[in-house]
Parts: sequence; structure tokens; C-alpha cells
Amino acid sequence: MTTLVIAEHDNAQLKGATLNAVAAAAKIGGDVHVLVAGANARAVADQAAQAAGVAKVLLADAPQLADGLAENVAAQVLAVASGYSHILFPATASGKNVAPRVAAKLDVAQISDIIGVESADTFQRPIYAGNAIATVQSADPVKVITVRTTGFDAVAAQGGSAAVEDVAAVADSGLSSFVGREVAKSDRPELAGARVVVSGGRGLGSAENFKILDPLADKLGAALGASRAAVDAGYAPNDWQVGQTGKIVAPQLYVAVGISGAIQHLAGMKDSKVIVAINKDAEAPIFGVADYGLVGDLFQVVPELTSAL
Amino acid sequence: MKVLVPVKRVVDYNVKVRVKSDQTGVDIANVKMSMNPFDEIAVEEATRLKEKGAVAEVVAVSCGVAQCQETLRTAMAIGADRGVLVQTDAELQPLAVAKLLKALVDKEQPQLVILGKQAIDDDANQTGQMLAALLDWPQATFASKVELADGKATVTREVDGGLETLTLKLPAIITTDLRLNEPRYVTLPNIMKAKKKPLDTVTPEELGVDPAPRLKTLKVSEPPARKAGIKVADVAALVDKLKNEAKVV
Repeated sequence: MTTLVIAEHDNAQLKGATLNAVAAAAKIGGDVHVLVAGANARAVADQAAQAAGVAKVLLADAPQLADGLAENVAAQVLAVASGYSHILFPATASGKNVAPRVAAKLDVAQISDIIGVESADTFQRPIYAGNAIATVQSADPVKVITVRTTGFDAVAAQGGSAAVEDVAAVADSGLSSFVGREVAKSDRPELAGARVVVSGGRGLGSAENFKILDPLADKLGAALGASRAAVDAGYAPNDWQVGQTGKIVAPQLYVAVGISGAIQHLAGMKDSKVIVAINKDAEAPIFGVADYGLVGDLFQVVPELTSAL
Repeated sequence: MKVLVPVKRVVDYNVKVRVKSDQTGVDIANVKMSMNPFDEIAVEEATRLKEKGAVAEVVAVSCGVAQCQETLRTAMAIGADRGVLVQTDAELQPLAVAKLLKALVDKEQPQLVILGKQAIDDDANQTGQMLAALLDWPQATFASKVELADGKATVTREVDGGLETLTLKLPAIITTDLRLNEPRYVTLPNIMKAKKKPLDTVTPEELGVDPAPRLKTLKVSEPPARKAGIKVADVAALVDKLKNEAKVV
């Protein structure tokens, strides 16, 4: 029984989500191999080789793998897939994009967003926006899985000493091509992996007002998040969205400011260790999950809180 | 060009579902059902492409029980020209739906299939990608902008950290994200007109697909409940709790 973990990376840096997926692979048992598919990505393969618990790293290095196109990456995974009992992807935008393509080609079901491993064929996953947890068993010969990164503590990035093996890259499918990327620049920690998250909702009222959260986030060393309402209203960029259809976070501290707490938002943050809610409506559902709630005007409370910390 | 839009009947997004006490599933008896919100966005996008003249016909498809006809009528009220129901009482998982859709694509020969990025009941986020794999078509998931020209689709996708743009050779698969568009409200006259639009019914057997589920659900349980929190009086009390009780700052 050997598990293949598909690395998440940007051709220079291995992304933390990979280490969470390796942790899930370790729980399944057996050897863990990591596939790095990219262009000029040897540095990523070297980083993956140092991750605790990784026995071997496969590196497929070619220009057609540079931008993570689903057609090419899925073909690359299939090219090396024989012999693996489990194929794991982090449940990130790229993992979710590629994993079902691999599963369908293998004619097996895919298991999305697992948060627990009961045995080599039985897994737990949230359904209905996290309002229920399903325990599912797969009878397929190969288990293709995406791993909810907040469900597993990352393995150590250092301490391993796996060998890196070059594998042949697949040819370009020619079906799709990459045009460009607009990356939102941020000096703050990455939302999905941040220890503290400060999130704003519709209560902020405008993109200008959203800046009231900056000093608080700076003081806490926090990533900034937002509810769907705030994103749709244009107060915050869409990759800040926390919720069922945005990012799933589980930080040590989650501060929800001016967020009512719709089911879809709670699905993205209710596994946070400590939740603080600041809202002027005492009946807002967010207070149902908050460890500490403060009813008040956020335009007074937030600056006061910032200076008190 | 023809566009196929699969739509799913799901528990309405405002309903807070309850887990059945025998842990066999969630209780959806007598619960309000609606079209999956991402699928509404998909129907809206197909309709807009038709209104721009880029598309000639929009066919809505749903797989499931007889009541999925209502979902198809909603799609036709938004703007789909006709509907196809693959009727079965069997439990359908994404791989089975992808196979049913592939059979329909082989029959209908659309140039584009637009699906929602995920259904809000199983939260799988698989069907579009699986259909693309079965057809060997290119895919653009999580689309926030779609343009069709010269046998190609140019799609902007929402990815972690920002946006990326791809071009796909048609025929292709697109799955919708929330910000692709805002679906229109269906008006009463359009609901009445939708009742007259054609709706065909087929079965998985007629399509030659075995929809048997591959994953067995052993149990469905409540997520662990959070212990009740407290309301604090002011900022000073909040800071005190965070520093001394929760010890997170």
C-alpha cells in the first residue's frame, strides 16, 4: 500500500497545504510518495524531500506543466499512478480542479474534502455546508481523495531525507492554454494557514471602511478575511472569502466583525479554536458559535480593541 | 452552437438541515427544495450567451427523481429552451451523473457544457471535472468571466490568491463560481411560458449507464457542537478574556 500525494506549489515554493495532505497520507499508512509536476521546479522537489514521512519524491519537469493546467497535470498523475493505492490532493483550488479528472479517468469515485481517516478505505467528510459529517467507505481499487487542510496538522517541513527521482513529463494536451494570472499582493499571512484571522462583513459598509480592520490585523499578525456579502459588495477581494464556497479556515483566533453568521459563512470558520464576534445586532446568528461576543458599534469597538491590545 | 446546462435539485440554501437520529442521513422530508445556486448561475450565463447571439440553443438537464421536473421548469423560466430529465430514484453520486451527462452529450452534441462548481448538498465539486475527463474535453472550473469567440472560450477563473485566465478549445466544460453573474428573477409570464417548453424524460437504462453508487455512506452524524459562549460587556472585558482565559493574544 503506497500513497501518492500531489504537491501544491508555484514552481519555486512548496505550499503548506501539501504538508497537511502528507499528514493525512501518514494516517492512512504505508509509504508516502510526493509528485511534483511543474516547470523548473527542482527546488520544490528538494523541499518536498525534506518533509517528514515522505519516502520518495517524483519530479516531472516540463514547460507544459508550468501553470497547473488540469488536462496536463491530470495526465501526468495518471502516467505515474499505477501501483498506488491512494492518490491524495490538498483540497485547494488546484487540487479540486485536477483530482476529479484523475478519478474519472481511473473510473473510480473521488472523495472530497476529507477531515478524518478511519481506515485505509473509510473516511469522514463534511456535507451540507458542514452541518453533517458523513462517514464513507470506498470499494474502489484506487482511492482518489482531496484533503481538507484544516482537518490535519501539517507534518514537519524539515527532517526528512527522501530521494528525488525524475520522471518523464507527459506531452501537452493542446486542449487549453494559459493566458495570464492576476495575483492579489499581500504582506499578511496566507488566509488558509494563518494563526489569527480578522474577517469583515456587510456591516463595514464600504471598501473604505474595511481599512478599519488593517490596524487590528497588524497588531494581531492576522490574515484578513471577508464574508460573501462583503466580497459581493466589492468591499474586499474575492480570494478573502471565508465560507462553504470560499476558503475553509481553522485558526487559533477568528474575529468576525460586522458578520451576521449565515450557514454558508459558518461552514468556513466554525472549527476555529476561539471565535470572537463583534456585531451591533444581539440576535445575529454569529453569537451562536462565538466564544466571546461583544454587542456594539464596530466603528467604536474595533479602534478601541486595537489600542487595548 | 448548443449549450447543455446540468441543474440539480437540492435542499434550499437557507434551510438548516438536521441529521436523522438513526444516523442514516439528513432529514429532507418536507424540506423546501430549490435549484442549486451555482446551477442558477450556469443557466443565467448560458441564457446571456444566447441573448448575445453566441449561442443558438440552451438545453437544461437534471438527473434524479420525478420532482426534478420543477427544477427544469425553473431553468426554462430563466431562459433554457427545453429540458431533459434523466429519471431515477437511485442514489446518484458525481461519477454516475458525469456518465449520464456524457451519454447525453454524445446524443445532443453541444459545444459547451456549463455546470455549477459544486452542489450545496454533497459539497463534492467533482461532476464538471469528471465529465471533462470522460469526454476528453478541456475544462475551466470556478469561472468568474466567460467569452466565446472563434471556436475558443476565454475564461477567467477564481483561484487561491487571485484570478487566472485560460483559453479552451471548444467543445469545452465550464463550471461557475459565485461572481460569474447575478441570476435574474423569474417572472410570472416566463414561468407560464416555461410550462409550454418541451421536457423529455429518459432513464439511465436507456442511456446505457449503470448509476450504482461507488461510495457507501456508513453513517451521517452531527458535527461536534461548540460549547456555548458568553457575551462580554466591553472591550476591556474582551481583551481580558482573550489574554487570560483563552490565552490567544
